[in-house]
Amino acid sequence: MKKSIRLSIGFLVVITMLSVLAGCSSGKRETLTVYNWADYIDESVLRQFEKEYGARVIYETFSTNEDMYVKLKSGGAGYDVVFPSDYMIERMIKEDMLVKIDMDNIDNYKYIDDTFKNLSFDPHNEYSVPYLWGTLGILYDEEVVTEPVDSWNILWDEKYKGQILMLDSQRDSIGVALKKLGFGLNAENVEQLELAKQELIKQKPLVMAYIVDEVKDMMIGREAALAVVWSGEAMEVMTEAGGGFKYVVPKEGSNIWFDNMVICKNTKNKELAEKFINFMIRPEIAFKNTDYIEYSTPNTGAMEMLDEELRNNEVAYPSERIIENCEIFLDPGDFLKEYDRVWTEFKAH
Amino acid sequence: MKSNQKILAYPYVVWLVIFIVVPLILVLYFSLSFRDGGLTLENYRRFMTPIYGKVLYRSLKLAFISTVFCLILGYPMAMIIARADISKRNLMVLLFVLPMWMNFLLRTYAWMTLLGKNGVINNVLGYFNLPTLNLLYNNGAVILGMIYNFIPFMVLPIYSVLAKMDKTLIEAAKDLGANEITVFRKVTFPLSLPGVITGITMVFMPAVSTFVIPKLLGGGQFMLIGNLVEQQFTYVYDWNFGSAISIIMMIFILIAMAITTKYEDPAEESGGLW
Repeated sequence: MKKSIRLSIGFLVVITMLSVLAGCSSGKRETLTVYNWADYIDESVLRQFEKEYGARVIYETFSTNEDMYVKLKSGGAGYDVVFPSDYMIERMIKEDMLVKIDMDNIDNYKYIDDTFKNLSFDPHNEYSVPYLWGTLGILYDEEVVTEPVDSWNILWDEKYKGQILMLDSQRDSIGVALKKLGFGLNAENVEQLELAKQELIKQKPLVMAYIVDEVKDMMIGREAALAVVWSGEAMEVMTEAGGGFKYVVPKEGSNIWFDNMVICKNTKNKELAEKFINFMIRPEIAFKNTDYIEYSTPNTGAMEMLDEELRNNEVAYPSERIIENCEIFLDPGDFLKEYDRVWTEFKAH
Repeated sequence: MKSNQKILAYPYVVWLVIFIVVPLILVLYFSLSFRDGGLTLENYRRFMTPIYGKVLYRSLKLAFISTVFCLILGYPMAMIIARADISKRNLMVLLFVLPMWMNFLLRTYAWMTLLGKNGVINNVLGYFNLPTLNLLYNNGAVILGMIYNFIPFMVLPIYSVLAKMDKTLIEAAKDLGANEITVFRKVTFPLSLPGVITGITMVFMPAVSTFVIPKLLGGGQFMLIGNLVEQQFTYVYDWNFGSAISIIMMIFILIAMAITTKYEDPAEESGGLW
């Protein structure tokens, strides 16, 4: 009995010491918790922010919007700034998970190109500030595919049986089929989805695999000839492989996506979060990030600093005509269930 | 002394309740309710459609095939280890367990580089001017991945039972005129049954619910029950349906175990799970 008393006293002492220590460190420096996509920032930028603002940044990463959503929804760790994509921002606004940003504190907002402001998922840019963007298209190996590629139809061509990679992602793959059929990306009736399902079933024998993270390695290793990828990944493959690949946004249209910065509802330091967002869109910083990860920047200041070659690169910065032909994913709400049913039926086929 | 032991057990009871009993009840509750609350059997009814039946059937089939292979390959291995000298035995067990020290995902990725179209195996075949094979992204690759990852769970329990077995029983059988085959059939195998059953359970359970292996080695070509559950939780946010599938899965595993444990002799000291 005595022993246990001594033990619990010891335990208490340790706890008190720890909490005092923790109190000290947090009292001295403010902390900001940032939750971003994996491999989606030049991390030296974070150190620079810490130095400039005398704050401490805790940096964590996720690999899909859905993982991020589940973690936030389950009340996980108190994140301040998060980087979700368009349709997810729409959902998070609907579910009251975000707090409005005070744009008076974001004076670098003037550097954001007007094309990227007031988009459908956040109509008045009250909740989000653009970080990076891109398109969805076809990346192909020029040695194998010698004919010109301009349509999704090539992914249904018997000639390339076993050399096609599709995305293992409901919205994107069903979206490709919808676009091929000439429908909108955000089909909201069951007949269109059923037709898209038939297309995907027809295509299945030709497809080598449905994957997401491994696409880059598979293409660089020349294991496949055609793949559906996001433009940023296409840029990475092209740089790493040093040529021999081309990226096309098909003429039927495709998806255009945006990853924006938002502030979570339960942030403990909104002011610092706003400082961070303002810092991230400062032209030099935005340039550092876009230069490092090769995704496209919406920041006009950073654009001016890019090399001419990259600035004129049609993969990263497609022409107006291509952009106009692209659609943003919208949050389907409860209709998501229909997508899931169609996808499951297609997979089980 | 006795009361002391009881006190020592409390932390485990608390642990069990918090991390096993409560979550199980939550899963059961989720599976029986609508998203906005209110009890229902709708989630279970929804599972009773042919597409989900197909998914379930495919998962059970693949898990069954890999369990059978694990048993066929694993039993002789366990016998070889159990019959070796003590000094060699430990080394062999160590070598067998060694790959498991490495991360499971890493080992599965390694298979991808081995089986790929321009992978190691096809490169070797190409070197000898043999036609290349389509090894990755099919059922075979998934079964291979399951066998590779789960075979230690078959070998180790069988080995531990065989190693503890009373050798004099085998000698007695031989003295009575039984040949090797009869000894195996009438003495060794029946005595090792508890280990075999543990092995089957420990291979079948993870095999039937895995979602990483079909994703990586199967190339997402088809869906297994594990993928279906993952999809409900991460993409569709339908935790209720996901929970219902999990409960149905648990029922299937319980049935499978009830069948296997029927053959276990409860009086025997065993390496069994139950």
